[in-house]
Amino acid sequence: MTAVTTTPPATGSDDLEPGPSPAREPVGSVAHRILGAIPTGVLWALVVLWTIPTLGMLVSSFRPEIEVKTTGWWTVFPDPFPESKLLAGIVALIILAVVVVLVALLARLYVRLGRVGRIALPIVAVVALVVLVMVASDSTFTFENYRQTFDASTSDSPDMWQHFLNSLAITIPATVIPIAFAAFAAYAFAWMDFKGRDWLFIGVVALLAVPIQLSLVPLLQLFVGGAHLTLFGETFTLFPDLDLAGTTTAVWLTHIGFGLPLAIFLLHNYISSLPADLFEAARIDGADHPTIFWRLVLPLSVPALAAFAIFQFLWVWNDYLVASTFLGTGSADAPMTVRLATLSGGRGQDWHLLTAAAFVSIALPLAVFFGLQRYFVRGLLAGSVKG
Amino acid sequence: MAAVTMDKVTKVYPNGVAAVVDLDLEIADGEFLVLVGPSGCGKSTALRMVAGLETITAGELRIGDRVVNDLPPKERDIAMVFQNYALYPHMTVEQNIGFALKLAKLPKDEIRERVLSAAKVLQLEEWLQRKPGQLSGGQRQRVAMGRAIVREPSVFLMDEPLSNLDAKLRAQTRAEIASLQRQLGTTTIYVTHDQIEAMTMGDRVAVMRDGRLQQVDQPEVLYAEPANLFVAAFIGSPSMNLLEGTVALTGDGATVALGEQALQIPASVLADRPALRDFDGREVVVGIRPEHLSDAALAADGAPRDGTRLRGQVELREALGSELLLHVRTNCRPAVTDEVRSVAGDVDEAAVEILERQAAGQGAMIVARFDSRSRARVTDSVEMDVDVERLQFFAPETGNRIADLVEVGANA
Repeated sequence: MTAVTTTPPATGSDDLEPGPSPAREPVGSVAHRILGAIPTGVLWALVVLWTIPTLGMLVSSFRPEIEVKTTGWWTVFPDPFPESKLLAGIVALIILAVVVVLVALLARLYVRLGRVGRIALPIVAVVALVVLVMVASDSTFTFENYRQTFDASTSDSPDMWQHFLNSLAITIPATVIPIAFAAFAAYAFAWMDFKGRDWLFIGVVALLAVPIQLSLVPLLQLFVGGAHLTLFGETFTLFPDLDLAGTTTAVWLTHIGFGLPLAIFLLHNYISSLPADLFEAARIDGADHPTIFWRLVLPLSVPALAAFAIFQFLWVWNDYLVASTFLGTGSADAPMTVRLATLSGGRGQDWHLLTAAAFVSIALPLAVFFGLQRYFVRGLLAGSVKG
Repeated sequence: MAAVTMDKVTKVYPNGVAAVVDLDLEIADGEFLVLVGPSGCGKSTALRMVAGLETITAGELRIGDRVVNDLPPKERDIAMVFQNYALYPHMTVEQNIGFALKLAKLPKDEIRERVLSAAKVLQLEEWLQRKPGQLSGGQRQRVAMGRAIVREPSVFLMDEPLSNLDAKLRAQTRAEIASLQRQLGTTTIYVTHDQIEAMTMGDRVAVMRDGRLQQVDQPEVLYAEPANLFVAAFIGSPSMNLLEGTVALTGDGATVALGEQALQIPASVLADRPALRDFDGREVVVGIRPEHLSDAALAADGAPRDGTRLRGQVELREALGSELLLHVRTNCRPAVTDEVRSVAGDVDEAAVEILERQAAGQGAMIVARFDSRSRARVTDSVEMDVDVERLQFFAPETGNRIADLVEVGANA
């Protein structure tokens, strides 16, 4: 845990770095600083290690089919290692150190950038990396994998573009709608007095504990035929058959349902921590609840809304379980996650296509995360720590 | 413009706590009334009931000739300035000030005009496009004022609007608010715990304690003729010295014994406070304001005057330049009745303990405000001339001022 707390760049608080050291610095403090840097170094090493599979995927996605299947992605780099095991070890350590420093420097640069820069920098870095690898390597590189990934000529082809759109069609309503509802609900729970408010809120929060696996079958039944209750020979329709089986609507409806309790909970925590005086001032200025909500609460809650939006977006985008249950794995409406899984099942041998397709599927979440990272960190804190 | 009338206004919270009990106040049109009291005395609750932010449990509240008990804040024609200003952080100063007008759906031109003129009055013109986060404390305070005056309400409500400012700015803003109110002539209710603000700003001051109104009057009257021990101790800084004394009538006048020392009370004082005669041979609480004690060594005639002097030893000397505050240990007994204890506790928690110690035998500590020419030093023995004409007497059991109430009015 100390590693996390002593890493200023990771939390974006670059202003907290110690200034230029004073002229007379005691020896103990130098040692202290060096020791203090160790957790930071370890953390960066972890970051690099964890990024290596992604790098491998990126490199593989540009390699010709034959090469992907015969050699590892690391063979595209010229072999830097000498024969001697000792020397090879040293070279390996040097390479690791250079990469760690490079990544750390990039991260420092990143936290100093504005929003546009924060999206641009990772893209530039990835492109630079790709170009560097292509130039330095004597292997061949090709866009053929990506071309095939987007190919839609036959019914069996990956057609990733269509599935990318499917993912969007599920993710966007499943992100926007819960936020819209939850903001209203959170405001009401926080600032409107009504009977049973506390119990209702406890009920909503308790819904957080419902596991999604538990409700898959009942939900599927609901979407396929509605819900009916037969009592004394009479059949009552509790929920009409909306013919939602196998539609994306069923998927995003489910995501909305499971996203709402968390959304209400997070937003309630944030909105209830807004100063009460503000609401009283607004009431005296002549504002009623809708006005206070639209003019005051919504603009002030942007960080919390953005934080939840990122959460929900990533969760829905990466969801496999709900989509595969309600759409089936072979559906043309399936999102990218489901399509990827099908590809790896049906085309388990086509590694070259899988890598390209997988990279397409993480591109948007990466962009969203880097673009809104500021809110992400703040939003994580917003629910727990007041400040 | 409107008068505000509170008729037995009471606030009892659902948990049974009575924050305000039977508050009767009449605030005249255009008057500046200050509600003052220690924290938790109900002054803010009273203000919030006028604002419509708290429901009124019982009694009747009128603004002008309308009963507004059940009206929402926006229909009461009031504006309020909050302690921490409660500015909308995401709006510019201009939007902050104009928010109420915008909600009232006034035409844009008129909003602009009124915001500009309010900004001009408060010297905020160059900050109109800033957001509150970019302003200093004093500027934020002025924006909060601007938000109130731009609406031209019939009543201003201010809830400790100066308590977040530093001392110097507070003194300056105090004067600005007072003169602005005089200029606008808008009825104003101003809540504060700071008795200096209360004394300097208010046309009248209402002192509250434990949800009950203690006294409401002009600042000078409040100071000169406090209705009870609480008002006497709360108003004035340093506060009034309260000693235990025994009254003995001697013909026209009287003597009041303060421990081993005694003060002669002239016939004129007794004539002013006929009720004091009832206390012959009984204990009273004697109140002496620090400025009614002076250095006997500086007295013009120098001759010892019997029965108007108190002796003691200086324990602490605070030179303020213009004057000298001396903390003098005497062998008098401080007044420590139940009432005094609870009053001391209301005014200052630590005061109770100090009182008990003094009563236990240390002897009362008297604060005297001497002329700066006085040569008295720490550990010196001093003789203090007491302005016996201005002594205050309180009944130990009730804490009420001993005076004929009819006479009090005439005296003012």
